[in-house]
Formats: sequence, structure tokens, C-alpha cells
Amino acid sequence: MATNKRIDEPTGTETVGHEWDGIEELNTPLPRWWLWTFYATCLWGLVYVILYPAWPLLEQGTEGVLGWTSRGQLEQALEDVAEDRAPVMAAIASTPIADLPLNEERMTQAVAGGAAAFRVHCVQCHGANAAGSEGYPNLTDDEWLWGGNMEEIEYTLIHGVRHPGDPQTRTSLMPAFGRDGILSADQISDVTDYVLSLTDRGSANAAGAELYATNCAVCHAADGGGLRAFGTPSLNDAVWLYGSSEEDIRTQIVAPRHGVMPAWEDKLDPATIRMLAAYVHSLGGGEDFMEVAPPAEEADGDE
Amino acid sequence: MSDTAVETTVKGHKRLERNVTLLGAAALVTVAIGGIVEIAPLFWIDNTIEPVEGMRPYTPLEQAGRDIYVREGCYTCHSQMIRPFRDEVERYGHYSLAAESMYDHPFQWGSKRTGPDLARVGGRYSDEWHVQHLIDPRSVVPDSVMPTYAFLADAPLEFEHIADNLTALSYIGVPYSEADIEQARQDVIGQADPDVSPGDLGDRYPGAQSRDFDGDPDRITEMDALVAYMQVLGTMVDVDSAAAQEVLAEESGR
Repeated sequence: MATNKRIDEPTGTETVGHEWDGIEELNTPLPRWWLWTFYATCLWGLVYVILYPAWPLLEQGTEGVLGWTSRGQLEQALEDVAEDRAPVMAAIASTPIADLPLNEERMTQAVAGGAAAFRVHCVQCHGANAAGSEGYPNLTDDEWLWGGNMEEIEYTLIHGVRHPGDPQTRTSLMPAFGRDGILSADQISDVTDYVLSLTDRGSANAAGAELYATNCAVCHAADGGGLRAFGTPSLNDAVWLYGSSEEDIRTQIVAPRHGVMPAWEDKLDPATIRMLAAYVHSLGGGEDFMEVAPPAEEADGDE
Repeated sequence: MSDTAVETTVKGHKRLERNVTLLGAAALVTVAIGGIVEIAPLFWIDNTIEPVEGMRPYTPLEQAGRDIYVREGCYTCHSQMIRPFRDEVERYGHYSLAAESMYDHPFQWGSKRTGPDLARVGGRYSDEWHVQHLIDPRSVVPDSVMPTYAFLADAPLEFEHIADNLTALSYIGVPYSEADIEQARQDVIGQADPDVSPGDLGDRYPGAQSRDFDGDPDRITEMDALVAYMQVLGTMVDVDSAAAQEVLAEESGR
């Protein structure tokens, strides 16, 4: 009962007044700093409730006098960053791709922007280091199916490879020599041997050479170097999209696999595509245009 | 305060402390106030029940894929909730809307991202990519720590009782029609088997894609179902349409 309150002698503090088996409780006041912090949080809470959306009501929550919304904040953030990027993006979009390397600063910006976009849109297939994997081309070497200068790379980005619905997409279609019965199993073995011999493996045989000349050379070239115009891979080097073993080559002749790359025209803006082309070109295997003009002296690009 | 007032107050509180039934009842009332203020309004305020165009229940095949997603615990590493922040929107696409999970029981928002968010993964990659990635994640993403799910390609999809699944979902508010439930088994086959006509699947489930998803046209596997589910995620609502943006821009109070 709260009747026997008394001052505790050793501490000089009042007790709360109850006692069990001789045990009493001191009524020590809260520390001042704690109390004031508590009042401050109460005040902060009150101000917050007035300024920001807080109480759920019948139709919707209170809106707060600032009119803040999380979606509005996002909208603003996106607008701000778009505004920051706008001058560079506009400049890149309006620079013909062939002229991009002439302006060193613009080119640096394009490569940096392309690297960022590559990490979002391209790494899933071409890999974080752009080295690709089986079925997905390596972009860091100098082996290009469809051309390795910036203009060709940009075209591939815009229209994709075998992208359904884009009439200008890059398309090549190797016949299924085995599955469709164009060549017999023995003939396929001969051709496989011959293809292996192009990289100094296996034995060159006359039958294989003849079959290659009639069936394959028109697209893959007589020496197996491939032809850009058809997007055919070269067969006489160490770069193999679907594997280099005898088994891999045979599988590809019997029933070829054909990769698909999306046409990015619908998904990305022209400046981003151009930046991606610049980035991919910069990875190491990029090819020059026919003739690159020396950088113009006055091109200092101070936009 | 007079002494008698103090005395009755203390008496009242003492009584509460000494009677466990009374204490329990009073605690329930106190906690219920918090619940009524914080939870109950979510069932009626505009923000949480905003209607959006394009939402439809999952097709039976997609629903079966969703069940595999849950069974394999994909939600422990993948979220399905793009928050309205710049970094998330730039990487994953438009932020998620509440209504986009209205037919998910339970929703798959998740709270941990070891892998990327999947709320809008639909249409982002080809079916072949998904199959290759599920069979051997390292073959396309070298530094991935995702386990392999190659067995999905060999496991025939069990959809004997898919109609019962749909019936159960219809009890808790997913608007499957009687035709949907009756034709559920046929719908699975029609959507995944390229040799069977999907019939009126596209009328009852607008935008449903029918094709062989796993690259093995001869049978319907769990891979078919999971890839079909992946490819529909986040694609039902056209959030970038002008009308949708107008509505979102005018909203307030969130």
C-alpha cells in the first residue's frame, strides 16, 4: 500500500511505498536527458504526422501538408538524373557513330555509359566480362560474325539476331544436313574430319574436301574463313561458338543450333544503343572503319 | 488529486493485476486498438485496393509453375517486389503495384535478395536462356551461386489434380470461372504442347502465351511450368501506358 513512503537513508531517495518481505523499491526519477529525449520524439512524431502521410482514414490516408509521396519522390529523382544526363545523351544521339571516336571526351562518356548499360542488359548472356559462353558470342576477341566496327555493332544491337518481328534483323540459317537427310552419316563424318583438318586436327580427306566445297564453301568460304555477308563463323581458327570437339562439330552439322539476340530498338533509346556499341567496340576486338580520320584539333567538346 | 481518487485508481489497477482473465481481456483490447488503426484500414483505403487493368488469374500451367517456385524455395533468394527507388526502377523496371499480386496466395514479395528481383522478369530472357540457366546457372552467369535445377527438365509435371488447385484458389477470391476449372487439365496441355490447340485459352486468360517452353516438345515437364510462370511475371499490367501513369501521378497520401 502506498501509505508507508519514506526517505531511504543511504541514497536519500523516496521509496514508492510498497514492501514485500522487507524488500522496498526506490522511486528514482528518470534521468533528465532521457526525459527530454522522450519529449523530443513526441514532438517529432507530432510534426511528422502533420507534414507527411500518416493516419489511415475511411477513403485514404491523411496526405500531410507537404504533399509528399514515395512515387512523387521517385518521379523527381528520375527526372533529375535524366536532366543531368540530357546534354551528354543528346550529344551522343546526334553524333553520327562514325564521328564518335573523333571526339575523345564524347567517346569516353559513351564507353562509360555503355559499360553501365551492358551490366544491366547484356551480362546475362554475354557474361559479366563480355567473354560469352557456349552459344553466346565472346565480345572481347576480334572474331565477329556480323562485323566489328562500331556501325556494324550498332546495327546488330538495333535489329538483333534472328529477332522475330524485325524484318531487318541479322539472319543466317544453316541447313540441318543430318536431320533433314541432306548428307548421310558417312558423309557427315567425312565433312567433320575435313573441318577438323582446317585447324590442323584430324585428317584431310578428299571426300570431305569435295563435300565441303559443294555444301559448305558457299557460306563458310573455301578456306573456312567464314563470310561476314552471311554471318557465317570461320572454321579455321580457335574460336568456336558451339564447341570445338569432333562431337560438337558433328552435332552442329547434323542439326545446327541458332542463337537469338533481341532487337534492342524497342527497349533502349538510341543514345544508349550507341553507347553500348562504343563500349563493345572498346573491349579489345573492335575493328576500325575503312579509314579513320585523325582527331580534329579543335574537337575539345566542352558542352 | 485527492487521496480517495488515488486509492480507487490503485485499487482498479490492482484488481487487473490479480485477475488473469481480466488482465488477458484488457491486454486484448489494448492490442486490438493497434490492429484496428494499423491493419484494418488496409482492407478499404484506396492505396491498397487500387484496381489496375490487365490483371488476370494465372493459367493452370503458370499456377503449377508458381507452385514449383514455392516448393523449391525460390522466394528465399529472389524477391518479387520492385520498390519505388531510382536504383531499383532503373535495373528492374517499373515499381510493383499492390494489385499485381492480388491473385498470389500467398504473395511472393520476399524480403531477401541473394539473386535479383523477379517481379518483372517476364519477357526479359528467351525460354532457352531460362532452361539453360536453370539446368546450369554457371554456364550463363559464371559467378552465380544459384543451385542447379536440372531435374526439372526430367520431371514430368503432375497436373492430375490441377482443377482442385483452382477450386481451392477460387474459394479464397481468385475469380476462376466454371469453364476455367472444368478445362484446367486441358488448358495445361494446350498451353505447353505445341501440337495441341490451346482452344479458347487466350479468351479466358488474355495474353497467355502458348508454346513449348522447355525445348522438349514431346512431354510436359516441371521446367515447362516454371518457365511459363517466369515469362508471365510482371507482364500482365501495362504500367507504362499513358492512362496508368496519369493515375499514379495524381495519387496522394502514400
